[in-house]
Amino acid sequence: MEELSNKRGTSPEPGKRPRFPHGKSRPAIEFRGLSFTYPDGRQALDRISLTIQEGEKVALVGPNGAGKSTLLLHLNGILKGQGVVKVMGAQVGDGNLRVIRSQVGLVFQHPDDQLFSPTVFEDVAFGPLHMGLDEKEVRQRVSWALAQVGMERFENRISHHLSLGEKKRIAIATVLAMRPAIMALDEPSGELDPRARRGLIRLLRALPQTMLVATHDMRLVEELLPRTVILDEGKLVADGQTSKLLEDAELLEKHGLELP
Amino acid sequence: MTHIHVLDQYQEGNSLVHRLDPRVKLILTLTFIVAITALRHGAWLSLMLLLLTASIIIAVSGIPPFRILKRSMIAIPFALVAITLVFTTTGEPLMTFRLASWYLSITHQGTIAFASILTKAWLAVLMASLLSMTTTFPELLSAMRALRLPKVIVSIISFMYRYIFVIADEALRLQRAREARSADPQDRGGGSLQWRAKVLGGMIGSLFLRSYERSERIYAAMLSRGFDGTIRTMTGRGLRATDLMICIAFIAHLLAVVVLAAVYT
Repeated sequence: MEELSNKRGTSPEPGKRPRFPHGKSRPAIEFRGLSFTYPDGRQALDRISLTIQEGEKVALVGPNGAGKSTLLLHLNGILKGQGVVKVMGAQVGDGNLRVIRSQVGLVFQHPDDQLFSPTVFEDVAFGPLHMGLDEKEVRQRVSWALAQVGMERFENRISHHLSLGEKKRIAIATVLAMRPAIMALDEPSGELDPRARRGLIRLLRALPQTMLVATHDMRLVEELLPRTVILDEGKLVADGQTSKLLEDAELLEKHGLELP
Repeated sequence: MTHIHVLDQYQEGNSLVHRLDPRVKLILTLTFIVAITALRHGAWLSLMLLLLTASIIIAVSGIPPFRILKRSMIAIPFALVAITLVFTTTGEPLMTFRLASWYLSITHQGTIAFASILTKAWLAVLMASLLSMTTTFPELLSAMRALRLPKVIVSIISFMYRYIFVIADEALRLQRAREARSADPQDRGGGSLQWRAKVLGGMIGSLFLRSYERSERIYAAMLSRGFDGTIRTMTGRGLRATDLMICIAFIAHLLAVVVLAAVYT
């Protein structure tokens, strides 16, 4: 396995993210005419076109099976459909997956899938290590990322012994340690008790990244995400300001959503 | 929710044995086991010395002797297979039975071989238990990596350790769901054997499918964080001088015991 590839990713230095010379924001994520059909023939995405500017925080809502998770998995080339996906201006393709993956932090719905190492330290170090960083830098990033999510003293804890709220925080730290420009989160507040949920919303609000959050939690959407995109049966059915969309009770009802 | 802690043998502690470098502990345990196997049958003096050594280490570790004795007994049923040696080894007969037209003799040499194998197997498992009770699993894994065990194998063990709990919890939930629906107003006892087998088969199948689907999600999570087929891990820190000295002294001690067994006949 070791021979497969030894290419080191050329990830941008943190803080030195290229900006548009005239200070205008530029698109962080672009989907153009993206369609995806699962091998069993079920069409999960149907000609999705969507542009998200740098620094925007966007909610991705819709009923179960609408294609939310499938869309997120296209952001870093885990799934490949027809159409164009661009991340920070670069088209996602086979040649640049390592760079793309260091720019898009994908937080999966179940932390037991995201936290696959025996200890918290090893899990948070996994991303930086596989980006080819040296060990000193990896250690710094692990401490920094754990501090960001308020779990400084958890380095040597065994992942299985953590509570769900703790696991969700560490799952976010595993991605933060890679210093991504974009965070894509799948159901971050699902199954959390109210206190853990509050803490998580506070944590997400403090993060500066461009954010795309797939969720059913309309209160989280209202509090955290100024723009909302509604997906239903693989189609993009609405896109607009969260406050406006949340006034349209009929639209929400039609797509299986509820008012916060 | 109750968890099943299948692999967690580790006992909290801060003894010298706990603090010893995991790499040294792994090497010494393996050397100890090799030393045991190097002894001839009936080298009782050397075996007693090794047992004494083990007892001293257990005493230093502060682990309750009864607990570690209980754990070490798991080897006995396997070692009992060697009981045939009592009858099949040629040598001077101690006792002879008549079974129809067959004669079965218990020989002196056979008895010694059997008792030696039983003691050796038990002692080896005793040391392995001691290792697992004084070293956390992640420490053991990093020791295996440091000793250049193939990365793929260490990774497989690591995943097994991480997910055996998750899968065990899933099995527990399935079992509870089954029990919750196995109500019977007349209390006629459980269903037929065939019915139970069918339910169990369904549970195993469902567990397998869930694990398979989980493995795909885990792989996606690994890819998302830059995994490209190369397993990268941190290199450990260097060995401390005291750890190295303990390692050398202990190996010298084991060598002395083995040589003693060879010389003293």
